[in-house]
Amino acid sequence: MPAMTTAPAPAAAGPPALTRSRVVPASAAVLSLLLLGSLVCGVGLGASGVTWGETLHFLGAGLSGGTIRSDEVAAYTIVWEIRLPRAVLAAVVGAGLASVGVAVQAMVRNALADPFVLGVSSGAAVGANAVLLWGAFAALGVWALSVSAFVSALAAMALVYMAARTAYGLTPLRLVLAGTALSYGFSALTTLMVFRAERGEAARAAMMWLLGSLGGATWGSVPLAAVTVLVGILYLGARAGHLNALAMGDETAAALGVRAGRLRTELFVVTAAVTAAVVAVSGAIGFVGLMVPHVVRMLVGADHRRVLVLAPLAGAVLLVWADLVSRLLLAPAEIPVGVITAVLGVPCFLLLMRRGGYAFGGGR
Amino acid sequence: MRVDVAGVTVELAGARIVEDIALRADSGQVVGVVGPNGSGKSTLLRCTYRALRPTAGTVRLDGDDLHAMDARAGARLLAALPQESAAEFDFTAAEVVAMGRLPHQRGGAPFTGRPSATDAALCAEALDRVGAAHLAGRGFRSLSGGEKQRVLIARALAQQPRVLVLDEPTNHLDIAHQLEVLSLVRRSGLTVLAALHDLNLAASHCDLLYVLDGGRVVASGPPHDVLRPRLLAEVFGVRAHRVTHPVTGAVQLLFDRIDQE
Repeated sequence: MPAMTTAPAPAAAGPPALTRSRVVPASAAVLSLLLLGSLVCGVGLGASGVTWGETLHFLGAGLSGGTIRSDEVAAYTIVWEIRLPRAVLAAVVGAGLASVGVAVQAMVRNALADPFVLGVSSGAAVGANAVLLWGAFAALGVWALSVSAFVSALAAMALVYMAARTAYGLTPLRLVLAGTALSYGFSALTTLMVFRAERGEAARAAMMWLLGSLGGATWGSVPLAAVTVLVGILYLGARAGHLNALAMGDETAAALGVRAGRLRTELFVVTAAVTAAVVAVSGAIGFVGLMVPHVVRMLVGADHRRVLVLAPLAGAVLLVWADLVSRLLLAPAEIPVGVITAVLGVPCFLLLMRRGGYAFGGGR
Repeated sequence: MRVDVAGVTVELAGARIVEDIALRADSGQVVGVVGPNGSGKSTLLRCTYRALRPTAGTVRLDGDDLHAMDARAGARLLAALPQESAAEFDFTAAEVVAMGRLPHQRGGAPFTGRPSATDAALCAEALDRVGAAHLAGRGFRSLSGGEKQRVLIARALAQQPRVLVLDEPTNHLDIAHQLEVLSLVRRSGLTVLAALHDLNLAASHCDLLYVLDGGRVVASGPPHDVLRPRLLAEVFGVRAHRVTHPVTGAVQLLFDRIDQE
């Protein structure tokens, strides 16, 4: 073997791999505490002044089944029935979008991909708009919006799948192209629906939904979203090693005993289902699914065994705060949370991006 | 481990890319696949590492049908360096090598698991064997071509296979790194199947050569018997002269310039 001419920077060798493995449990612990704190803030802060003492008292009472006085019922209801489900749902949605973002980026091997590139959210918007603008599925009552959005998201997923599949399974480029193309179609449909809407207020609601909002959160919307997101995270986490192989290319994956076509189909179904469940309760909240995966990769590297631990926690924290800002900034009016994620996210993201040697796919 | 390719035919979108290929690599042999661009070398190799399922024919490892095996079980016997190395995400060299352990990990490598001591030791040893231990913490994409190839060989070694398949492993490497890669491969002691463009490297490093043209095997045997001027004229359309390497004794080729007819 010829002499190794370039053996630079011993400082860069060895240690990072070791320290990184210690960084993950520590970051996970910090993020978990941060999430807990964020949830308490999400419950404690609001337009109607409930004090911190009361908030903690109500939370304690609610969790332990303790008692409250009759004059506290109004404040208790705000904390327990309005703010808490909203904060919890924000965490669930943030965790779901961030993990799906990680998986979709690996699945289509594209650093620009996000959960919405598969066309699922645009499909959901069609269903949501049908409810908001035309009062479709009125028989379902308060469930109409979520059910309609979820069902149309699944229909969109089926269409994208049929458009993208080949004899060799799903390929990255076809998946992105089919998803993007159908997104345009669905968007045209939603735009037409909003444009033709007779009531201005309904059009506003539709717009709000398109940009994402957690304003409609109740305990009723939490279970399905939470279970779907949890199952999704566990599935993706179990496939972390496979995602690494897939990110290196389909041929490499094959050589490592991973059947890329079949894995991609599985991933497509899981990510689309999680996206559908999340979008159904919150609308299309942008930027979380694109940005959080990259921020986490900047911190702990590309290995999905680490990224998939931290991304859900980071996404949850981010969205709890974004939602808090969205309802406090112009209280009592609400700003769509998608606007906040972008306004908060873009500067942070650009700062991080310019700071370090992180390359977003593509060459250096 | 012996590799037997029998009657392998691949049709893609109605076009026959390779047809009725038969090839045999005995245990520990280094077998080269040579041929012009588009002759089907990569397609044949892709059938061996299961990126492609042949339309007809079989690939057998010590008599067992590879394509009938569980994908993971197959990957424990046969590792590959495909031509692509399109890492979209910036894995470290150590992480790339660790992927070689995937076929050995029951249930994959979930985010809850920690790499076992055995896996970590095997990966470190593999990096050491290819002289790349100092690259462990470096970003894979920041490595030079030669370093990348060494890391990928380490990944294949960490896979603890019995057969190693390489698709043009010396592409884009300078001559020192070309020789280094092939020497690493030879020293691995594994049964090796490699597609090579450089006929002189193939002649000096392979025990057997298979020449592909138009998707068919047109010649096979030891380099000395295969690399004859007439065959090279037919297959590659070049005029070649044979000489003997003064040190190694291997057959080597000298080519005429095309404008010197």
